[in-house]
Amino acid sequence: MPGPLPWLPAYLVERRPETAAAATLVLGVPGWPGHLPGQHVDVRLTADDGYSTQRSYSLAAPDHGATVELTVQRVADGEVSPFLVDDLAIGDPVELRGPVGGWFVWSPTLPTRTLLVAGGSGVVPLMAMVRARHEAGAAAPMRLVYSVRTPDDVLYAAELERRGRLDEGLEIHVVHTRRAPPGDARPTGRLTREEIGSLAWPATEEVLTYVCGPTGFVDQVAGDLVALGYDDHRIRTERFGATGG
Amino acid sequence: MGIVTPGFRGRGRDSAPELPPGQYLTHDFPVLSAGPTPHVETDDWALTVTTEAGARSRWSWRDLLALPQETPTVDLHCVTKWSKLGTRWRGVSLDVLLEDVETAADFALVRCFDGYTTNLPLEDLLDGQAWVAHEYDGEPLARAHGGPARLLVPHLYLWKSAKWISGIELSDTDEPGFWEQLGYHDYGDPWREQRYAGD
Repeated sequence: MPGPLPWLPAYLVERRPETAAAATLVLGVPGWPGHLPGQHVDVRLTADDGYSTQRSYSLAAPDHGATVELTVQRVADGEVSPFLVDDLAIGDPVELRGPVGGWFVWSPTLPTRTLLVAGGSGVVPLMAMVRARHEAGAAAPMRLVYSVRTPDDVLYAAELERRGRLDEGLEIHVVHTRRAPPGDARPTGRLTREEIGSLAWPATEEVLTYVCGPTGFVDQVAGDLVALGYDDHRIRTERFGATGG
Repeated sequence: MGIVTPGFRGRGRDSAPELPPGQYLTHDFPVLSAGPTPHVETDDWALTVTTEAGARSRWSWRDLLALPQETPTVDLHCVTKWSKLGTRWRGVSLDVLLEDVETAADFALVRCFDGYTTNLPLEDLLDGQAWVAHEYDGEPLARAHGGPARLLVPHLYLWKSAKWISGIELSDTDEPGFWEQLGYHDYGDPWREQRYAGD
């Protein structure tokens, strides 16, 4: 019987603004055991009177030793996310426990095609997969379909553009639901089943699919993929990405 | 006490004293599932209980609705940290379903229409602690929340309350289910914060 996953002190090393409402926290975590793309961590904050609270956040980067990255989206009225996005000071500690989750995980050694479908901040654990594929120089094809409200809400925008241009076998499709960038031929609106069908591989191909986002988005996309003939046992879902109050 | 994060105040110290450790209150009803939501028609729905001796008992949808119904109001605690208090359900107590089942088993493995499984001690299904629920808040249980019927065992973390339940296998041995094989706690008591293996 293994012992409990320990709470580890994690120190803020760097804060990278991603959008007006989201930032990536780079944390130094001495003793971090490593993780797989797609896994998440529990974060615990304790006030000086002993009050503490916990949230779960997806890991945004692959295993880099004792450094982990969390992308946190500020939730209006949230107890934790505004503090993490705006107030946690460089060098200050939080506590971190993990990695957690052994199902919504991806490995660069997988030989099959990988379809990633993100809604909003659900892109965070999928970005860890895109980055892991890049760092491993993996050749198996990967497609990311990323649904987001406006161009201003796109997380990792510059890096995604670069990865999509430079990484062989990687396709990035960003679709906008409320406002598109000038010159975008696609009308704004939600992903339709027909559009998913055109962006995904045919259901006859062997594909492993990961869908992450708000509940309604995940249910819609996963249901559309099943209707398109995708094997429901090869669709892995996770609700919400960098949310959690 | 954990390491203090300078500047963190938090709130909610007195908002919900009945919450288990590490949980926060939500008024939504979040959905968590490992895969797509299955379509199970009530005509196709059935619950099968299999004993350690291989004896089977089966209830169709009509059989289930013909049994005595209960309307528990319970608190839900998800391992992902949210808790929802005072939820209203309607369903059949496992005490009723297992009343005439001959068994000396110690463990139960719950099976679902989507292939999901979860394990728990049989005694946690008995004595008014567990139901096969088919209504939530006065309405037929929505598919996303496990409709047409799910297990409801609210004194354990919510992953034990398996959605789209199709069967219960009784056994002398404890066989880990889906999340229990993936690092989550075998028992999952929220009040002892048994989230992950070893907690």
